[in-house]
Amino acid sequence: MTTPPTGPDGPRADDVAPAGHPDPPADGVPPDGRDVPAGAGGAVPRADDVPQWRRLSNRMLLIHPVQSLLQFLPALLGLLIAGTTSGNGPVYSLLGAAAAIAFGILRWLTTSYRISTEQVQVRRGVLNRRVLSVRRDRIRTVDVSAPALHRVLGLARVTVGTGLSDRSRTDGLRLDALNAATAAELREELLHRADPGPATSPATAAPATAGDTAAGDTAAGSRAAGPGSRTGSRAGGFPWTPPAPPTGTELARLSPRWIGYGPFTLSGLVTVGVIGAFLSRLVNEFHLDPTRYGATRELAARVLHTSLPLLIGELVLGLLVLAAIASTCGYVLAFWGFRLTRLPGGTLHVTRGLITTRAITLEERRLRGVEVSEPLLLRAVGGARCIAIATGLRVGRGAERGGSLLLPSAPRAEARRVAVAVLGRAEPITVPLTRHGPAARRRRYTRALVPCALLVLAAVVLHALVPVPDWVPVATLVLLVLAVLVAADRYRGLGHALVDGTLVAGRGSLVRRRSALPTDGIIGWNLRRSYFQRRAGLATLTATTAGGEQAYPVPDLPLADATGLADAALPGLLTPFLVPAGSGSDQGRRPVRPRSDAADRAAG
Amino acid sequence: MCHRCGVSEQTLQLRPPRHRVHRRAIWYWTASAAPMWLVLIAAQIVALVLGWGWLRHWWVVTLPLTVLLAAAHLVVMPQWRYRVHRWEVTPEAVYTQSGWFNQERRIAPVSRIQTVDTDRGPFEQIFRLTNVTVTTASAAGPLRIHGLDRDDALRVVDQLTADTQAERGDAT
Repeated sequence: MTTPPTGPDGPRADDVAPAGHPDPPADGVPPDGRDVPAGAGGAVPRADDVPQWRRLSNRMLLIHPVQSLLQFLPALLGLLIAGTTSGNGPVYSLLGAAAAIAFGILRWLTTSYRISTEQVQVRRGVLNRRVLSVRRDRIRTVDVSAPALHRVLGLARVTVGTGLSDRSRTDGLRLDALNAATAAELREELLHRADPGPATSPATAAPATAGDTAAGDTAAGSRAAGPGSRTGSRAGGFPWTPPAPPTGTELARLSPRWIGYGPFTLSGLVTVGVIGAFLSRLVNEFHLDPTRYGATRELAARVLHTSLPLLIGELVLGLLVLAAIASTCGYVLAFWGFRLTRLPGGTLHVTRGLITTRAITLEERRLRGVEVSEPLLLRAVGGARCIAIATGLRVGRGAERGGSLLLPSAPRAEARRVAVAVLGRAEPITVPLTRHGPAARRRRYTRALVPCALLVLAAVVLHALVPVPDWVPVATLVLLVLAVLVAADRYRGLGHALVDGTLVAGRGSLVRRRSALPTDGIIGWNLRRSYFQRRAGLATLTATTAGGEQAYPVPDLPLADATGLADAALPGLLTPFLVPAGSGSDQGRRPVRPRSDAADRAAG
Repeated sequence: MCHRCGVSEQTLQLRPPRHRVHRRAIWYWTASAAPMWLVLIAAQIVALVLGWGWLRHWWVVTLPLTVLLAAAHLVVMPQWRYRVHRWEVTPEAVYTQSGWFNQERRIAPVSRIQTVDTDRGPFEQIFRLTNVTVTTASAAGPLRIHGLDRDDALRVVDQLTADTQAERGDAT
């Protein structure tokens, strides 16, 4: 049984309605008295209030086969060159490619969309027809991206983000792809004219103006003049670049010097892995023997004659160099031309990308906070990045962090400046955090050391039982040293603060984060106490929110502080459940029997 | 004390929620944990009967150990859970406590509730128990009240439905 609350905005669960739902506003019923701006017709085609279903750009018929071919390229090459290979693998690959092409065409034929004054609808599916409908006032973000092929053909992919961050069907509202000009108009249309309703103004006016002044005072004001001409000149080089919004305050722009932080992101490790897998697959497909060719034979001979520790050292070094190069390339590819702009309509606008360009627009009233994150290596060279905590933007993995990245790896001061400008308040980012005390420090050490100690023990036992080189148990001792260092650093990063109506949580060593969540975005508390935490008198207070990672923990607070923090952050919520300390209730290992229910009823 | 967060000098502590779950939940927890142990034990008995000779010594040791662990778990865990699992619903907030070895309290304001669901699995139907799940806009924070009597569950749902209807906004 489901009982959705009925607010004016209706239940969340109905945001994306399955096909069965008839949608009254779009199917004939005229929009109830809402004023449609006259200029809207350009981006939103409609004939007499009932918009037509529209296909995606027909140039996609070129892209689908190319994409499928690229995907099956290694196997096809194997088929073409090696010719008579044993086994049917390549044949299946060819069939697979043909099927993928057919599927692509079929998908294009069966996908259509329409946009009315009330909602955006996407109809797709071959056997299983689905109509996805999203009400336009629920649209949080619009992400316009153009991979290389799309750019050559003047296309752009539009992804509409709603508040359904807890569902995995993110590709539900992806229009892949539209003409670039249509896509840009669509974005303007959806975000800037979609909801002139009352929710916008009171909620965001204060932070937005505060942010404007903060940014304008520091750096953005002086830079705001420049951008138009540069993006304009770049637009000539390619069929399409995301159109730069004409007005707005520029909050950040990529400085070429930041590319120096690229190697320290290590995002390239994945790339190196993928390339490695690709090469090994090529070797398999072609039945190559590395010992047959001059260069590789020499390499193989050297590998066989090097001592093991030296070989490991060389491998690690080589891998690191490769990863650094790949990371730098990745950084340039993803973030070239990065600009973060605040538009007058109350949106943040990010454009970036060298080959694949992306333009992400995010409504500021969907912003639930910001996070400054410093991965260990990046922190060592004084870098950091800034991430938005917003509903409708799931925090992705990898260097691009989905669409939520507000600033790629950059100097720490810059990341903080952007965080302050976006948040509209300075203190949450700059204030020193309250430490969590000796018990939390002890817990950092036990949690780091115990697993390592077990490993050392296992190595010693193994050494005693089977012939293992003597250096193995000794080498594991290094782990203990590392564990101590990590534990000390983890404690240094641990902290919290409640300033300026914002909950600030700092944590982590390998990735140190400082999350700043304005308390009006917090929608509940999880107070978790493991057995060992209860013994140490600690608790992990987690603030849940509708944006970003959904839960932002403040780990290992002394219990009284956790209660106090939760109570101070959302005044009133905990009040009915608070009792003076030592009033005979639990807080010990186990709850005791409660007072009788009859007394409770009388009391409340 | 935590000066920065403005915690008052008189320390307050969070009391547990008022209501326990239904007593039948103890049996439900026992019954739902038992199959895992039964499978483990049965597998070892089969291995003991059919297995290779040199592994017999191994099973002879682990089998009684497994039985002991199973007995301890099946006796201690449900009782412990019963002492921990609690819930309370006020017009302003939903408050739950769950777990046993690791425990968790969750609080969500009624104004932020998105849906209220009830569900009963096969085991729960045998023991005539109902779960109530309260979700908010955060994927991390569903509040689950396990093992309520059916009537209690319906009352909770009715109350929450009435309370949430008074609220406006999209609760994110």
